[in-house]
Amino acid sequence: MKTRNEICGYPVITARCGKIDPDSIEDYIAAGGYKALEKALNMTSQEVVDEVKASNLRGRGGAGFPTGVKMETILKTDVFPKYLVCNADEGEPGNFKDKYLMENDPHQLIEGMIITAYSMGIEKGYIYIRGEYNKPIIIMSRAIEAAREKGFLGKRILGSDFSFDIEIRSGAGAYICGEEFALIESIEGKAGRPRSKPPYPTVSGIYNKPTLINNVETFSNLPFIIQEGAEKFISIGTPSSSGTKLVSLSGNVNNRGVYEIPFGVTIRDIIYKLGGGIPENRKIRMVQLGGASGPCIPEEMLDIKLDYKEMENKGLTMGAGAVIVIDERYNVLEIVRLIMRFFRHESCGKCTPCREGNRQILRILYRFVSGNASNNDLALLESICNVMCQTSFCGLGQTAPTAVLTTMKYFRDDYLSGMRNLSTNSNIV
Amino acid sequence: MVKLKEIIERRGRASENLIHILLDYQKSKDTNYISEDEVKFVANELNIKESRVYSIITFYSLFSTKPRGKFIIQVCGDVPCYVNGSLNVVKELENILRIKMGETTPDGVFTLEHTSCLGCCDISPAIRIGEELYGNLTPGKIAGIISSYRRKYNENKE
Ligand SMILES: Cc1cc2nc3c(=O)[nH]c(=O)nc-3n(C[C@H](O)[C@H](O)[C@H](O)COP(=O)(O)O)c2cc1C
Ligand code: SF4
Ligand code: FES
Repeated sequence: MKTRNEICGYPVITARCGKIDPDSIEDYIAAGGYKALEKALNMTSQEVVDEVKASNLRGRGGAGFPTGVKMETILKTDVFPKYLVCNADEGEPGNFKDKYLMENDPHQLIEGMIITAYSMGIEKGYIYIRGEYNKPIIIMSRAIEAAREKGFLGKRILGSDFSFDIEIRSGAGAYICGEEFALIESIEGKAGRPRSKPPYPTVSGIYNKPTLINNVETFSNLPFIIQEGAEKFISIGTPSSSGTKLVSLSGNVNNRGVYEIPFGVTIRDIIYKLGGGIPENRKIRMVQLGGASGPCIPEEMLDIKLDYKEMENKGLTMGAGAVIVIDERYNVLEIVRLIMRFFRHESCGKCTPCREGNRQILRILYRFVSGNASNNDLALLESICNVMCQTSFCGLGQTAPTAVLTTMKYFRDDYLSGMRNLSTNSNIV
Repeated sequence: MVKLKEIIERRGRASENLIHILLDYQKSKDTNYISEDEVKFVANELNIKESRVYSIITFYSLFSTKPRGKFIIQVCGDVPCYVNGSLNVVKELENILRIKMGETTPDGVFTLEHTSCLGCCDISPAIRIGEELYGNLTPGKIAGIISSYRRKYNENKE
């Protein structure tokens, strides 16, 4: 897989990818690895947390919560034991950047986890990797073993008073297990259904103890922030979004792959400059941002910048950074139906709006695709989507209708033509 | 159930290890499923209710309560794969294996399943057979892949 940093100028987390052997801890150390950990061990907990806070790092798993704030909450709780979890469940269609990081620079993730654990007095960490990711599981296991042998993990790390170890837990095929509480249930050996919040995992997580959950990419940023300092980190990206973002670029685009970009690059540049445009110079029908739960935008909106604030202003989200390109050969409603089929399959069934809503949306979409929708269907569709967003128990049901709602907004004609009996047959089952 | 007992001993009897135990064991079986007797056995060994074991194997899509083929072919049909031609891959697989999605070949070698995104959308359309990923697929590549597994299966039998 390619990573191109040409428009990045200053790669933060992919600097070593493809340049070192992921199975060689010596390579990682020779490239400056585990230096940040040494530095952190000479700082106080508060100093580490302050540095992360100053960096403005926001979680890269989708929700974009400020990482330093989450760390501070855990630091201030004096309930022990506390747990650390790396969320490597990555099951959303269009996302594969966490896999890329684990396969190419596993020690960077481990180092980020150790630094976090140290600053919060955590002794036990888990990496929860989806069951389909065999290769990352193998590479991470070997890397943990190697880190243990070198004294970066285990008892009294590098001669300090701090002890910490990491265990790998595998998922078994359930997208919902990326949701924090579903993940926690799964780590406890149960079916992954969300718990109600509050209390949040930072207060009551694994075995009801304080638990910090971060994404792979989030942890992978920490060695840089500690080593180079928050100021350097802030100098990359935009005022509202510091650092870089990994983008998983897929769909109808010439150079698919993982790219590290500084925040502030436009979606158009990602697709045309990094992705090399669309095969056979076809036109773009739409682009889905973030993955299956993200918004679908038309060609005219591609000049939007990847930036938390700018996207929020336009009512959009970047999720975990997927960019899925769909070219003119495809029908918007067919694609939306496929997206909703994913959610119907992945809904855990715990709450009614999501369990039933996904099914009903699919039925109505089918009427549009086959040209049989009635005048009421548009209003009904919108109403079901809104009920789901507002009343679903967890993030899955709350964001599942995003593709429907955004296409109803930006591709209204496609829906209208489904009511006028103009559309063609469907071949999705 | 010697193998199952071995796995339980290796993974440990705490119920938090249930998912790993079941994954390891299912992987070690040619029929790729967990039977009623095996559920009873695991529940007994871990001192938990059978329903607890069922709550796992019915929830997670990598498990099955019905026998499946030695090689499970999981075909991804989510958007990035779809727009790169996953439908043609499905058609060709159904042609060559002479089964429909969700079915197992009569000789018990292959099961064709639908899966959600495999996280290799950069090489879509993609499929997973056992633990191997195959990407950038075209219908033309399918026959070769299938026959390599048939060969592997026959060699192991001899
Ligand atoms: C249905 C659902 C699936 C999710 N899947 C993932 C995932 O695969 N990886 C991930 O890091 N976060 C995922 N999240 C977000 C996590 O719940 C959580 O916000 C994140 O792991 C926090 O880490 P961060 O602050 O570093 O982003 C998911 C959320 C929902 C609601
Ligand atoms: S919103 Fe969906 S996934 Fe979340 S708890 Fe409800 S049914 Fe389960
Ligand atoms: S959509 Fe098929 S592997 Fe991601």
